[in-house]
Amino acid sequence: MDFSFSEEQTLLRNTIQSFIQDNYDFDKRQAIVKSEEGMKQENWKQFAELGLLGLPFSEEDGGLNFGSVETMIVAEEFGKGLVVEPYIQTVVTCGGFLRRANASIKEKYIPGVISGQDIWAFAYAEPQGRYNLNDLTTTATLDGDNYIINGYKSVVSGGPWANKFIVSVRTSGDQRDSDGVSVLIVDKNSEGLSIRDYPTVDGSRASELTLENVTISKDELIGEEGKGAELIELIVDETIAAICSEAIGAMKVLNDATVEYCKTRKQFGQPIGKFQVLQHRMVDMFMQYEQSVSMTYMVNLKLDEEYAERRKAASGAKVQIAKAAKFIGQSAVQLHGGMGMTDELNVGHYFKRLSMIENSYGNIDHHLKKYSSAE
Amino acid sequence: MQLGFKDEDIKFRDEVRSFIKETFTEDMRKTLSLSKNGHAGKDLHVKWQKSLHQRGWMAPNWPEQYGGAGFTSTQKYIFESEMAREGAPRTIPFGLSMVAPVIMEFGSQEQKDKFLPDILESNVWWCQGYSEPGSGSDLASLQCKAENKGDHYLVNGTKIWTTMAQYADWIFCLVRTSKTEKPQQGISFLLIDMKSPGIEVRPLITIDNSPEPHQEVNQVFFEDVKVPIQNLIGEENKGWTYAKYLLEFERGTAYSPGLYRGIKNLKEIARDTSVGDGLTLLDDNDFLNKINECEIQIQAMEFVEHRIFSALSAGQRVGPESSILKTRGTEIGQYLQELAVEAIGYWSHPFVEDTFANVNEPSIGPEYAATITPEYYNGRKTTIYAGSNEIQRNIISKAVLGL
Repeated sequence: MDFSFSEEQTLLRNTIQSFIQDNYDFDKRQAIVKSEEGMKQENWKQFAELGLLGLPFSEEDGGLNFGSVETMIVAEEFGKGLVVEPYIQTVVTCGGFLRRANASIKEKYIPGVISGQDIWAFAYAEPQGRYNLNDLTTTATLDGDNYIINGYKSVVSGGPWANKFIVSVRTSGDQRDSDGVSVLIVDKNSEGLSIRDYPTVDGSRASELTLENVTISKDELIGEEGKGAELIELIVDETIAAICSEAIGAMKVLNDATVEYCKTRKQFGQPIGKFQVLQHRMVDMFMQYEQSVSMTYMVNLKLDEEYAERRKAASGAKVQIAKAAKFIGQSAVQLHGGMGMTDELNVGHYFKRLSMIENSYGNIDHHLKKYSSAE
Repeated sequence: MQLGFKDEDIKFRDEVRSFIKETFTEDMRKTLSLSKNGHAGKDLHVKWQKSLHQRGWMAPNWPEQYGGAGFTSTQKYIFESEMAREGAPRTIPFGLSMVAPVIMEFGSQEQKDKFLPDILESNVWWCQGYSEPGSGSDLASLQCKAENKGDHYLVNGTKIWTTMAQYADWIFCLVRTSKTEKPQQGISFLLIDMKSPGIEVRPLITIDNSPEPHQEVNQVFFEDVKVPIQNLIGEENKGWTYAKYLLEFERGTAYSPGLYRGIKNLKEIARDTSVGDGLTLLDDNDFLNKINECEIQIQAMEFVEHRIFSALSAGQRVGPESSILKTRGTEIGQYLQELAVEAIGYWSHPFVEDTFANVNEPSIGPEYAATITPEYYNGRKTTIYAGSNEIQRNIISKAVLGL
């Protein structure tokens, strides 16, 4: 057993830390969030130059062939900077689908991801489905060489920035069957696709997608028709591992900021960090953080295990991270007092991002049920 | 010991209900539902308070000689409960429940005549100048300075977290009039006209992101502001005593009626939410248990309140026990807000900056969703303000348990 990072991994971490330092202090981040576009193309180019956009792809596909630990490092450091550019959406989630697709899809799309030319988003959620990935009313029917897609996708994270979407659809079966789920690539410019973009409470952007007779070639199918459910669940688990990593980065910043604040903020003639009730709260924040780090390592190391093991790892990690995200986020605001309530201090922004991570890809109740079902 | 109200109380309750039905219009309900922070613009609040005044119900806690409603303590409780149950706008407390009792108790006849009628009739909007950037929980360390110049005070300094100062005509302030060994001893209580030269109000945007002019709090700056000496309450350097008197009023509210309303809303949301198995969130036992557990906590609150208010009606004072109300009331309220965010799932993500703005587009997700996450964020303030819950627990520990 060895939990140390290799020299290469440490180098990767340092690279991202200096990117954040140079390009992503809180003021710069806020300027990006408030800009018309909501992200910075220049940063995306830098990700490409640094090789980050090719991280998980095989060397054959032009990538660096790195694994989940490297992805974890990137996501964690991005979490510390509250980076809004859709790295996880494009590289981890959609990249996860693409690198498992057939040769012609790989050839057609992976270079555009690695070069930074394309940004991708995963459109899976539907209003009636909540966190059930298989509850799909969006349908695709084969018509000659084409699929015709009709339906609605909700809260597509990073949607406004994407020029390509991966969409989960039903090609057969009943609304919630696991059989009959398929995965399709839809270009943003497809006729019949209407998109409504909007900001999200955590400084990111998302979209609602309406698909009306969107017609795409059947070559845009990832995996086998009707057999997409397993693949989606695997990639969602990989995504969960990445957002858990992002979360521990954000938690770390909040914990450090809170301890620092309590050492310097004086009330009643002493630093408020001298009050035992606040000390214990910060100790609990620290312990929640350490447990979250551990569960994040655990899930990132177990992504390749057989199903039941992976299922419990991903759901277990998500439950721990969601609980800690809430506790640490709320406590950091509480201990910063009125200042924690202001938009001008970074603390509230970390709290808000963590609060959205809580239910992304399923909340605590959802993952407790998934955990139980894996026994 | 007995449960339930007497016949005359039931009759009073029905009067309150029909008043609310007539006065709290659909329009007002709609506007208020668009707010992220419980406030909905000056006009709505003034209009509502003027109707209350017309009915003679503006001031349930004032003595009748000043125009108080003359309620019994049971009636007060019923009145407050019915208002909260319907989600009616709360009367803005700064004039009515904060500065007015202080003026009644410690002010001069001239001050009473000048200020109280306008508060009762909602002609004048007040705000509170207590906290400062360096003085939150430790209020007595405040620095905002008032120098006695004979016929006026010269005020310099700043006040922060000033709720709705953007609407305010007057501010009541704790100011430092002398440097003493015990910081509490050099504080005075001043009434300041917000139109005085040298006052600047800067909005503070909070994490719910209610945009101007709907921001909840501000920072107020005083630069060489001249305040007539007759605007001093009571004696110079005795302001701390008056402030403490006021704090008792701030903490003595009933929380359970508003919390029950939160449960009712939560159940409606849960009934309206599909959970991906063909059923609704209200059919989900995990979630239902949380709602019910929360409702039981509220019931416990309600009966704590009944016990406190019945002691009050027997002529006893609300003591430090009132800290129980603030502590539990705010914590349950925050939990309800968390559950609402949990209930709406992914609809918690979309952000609408100005929820009051007229838009032609349909909402993203259900209409009620846009304010739920901001309300959760905004609600974090409740365990910080008016004596943080850590301070409340210190009070209970010291004053009730004798630790």
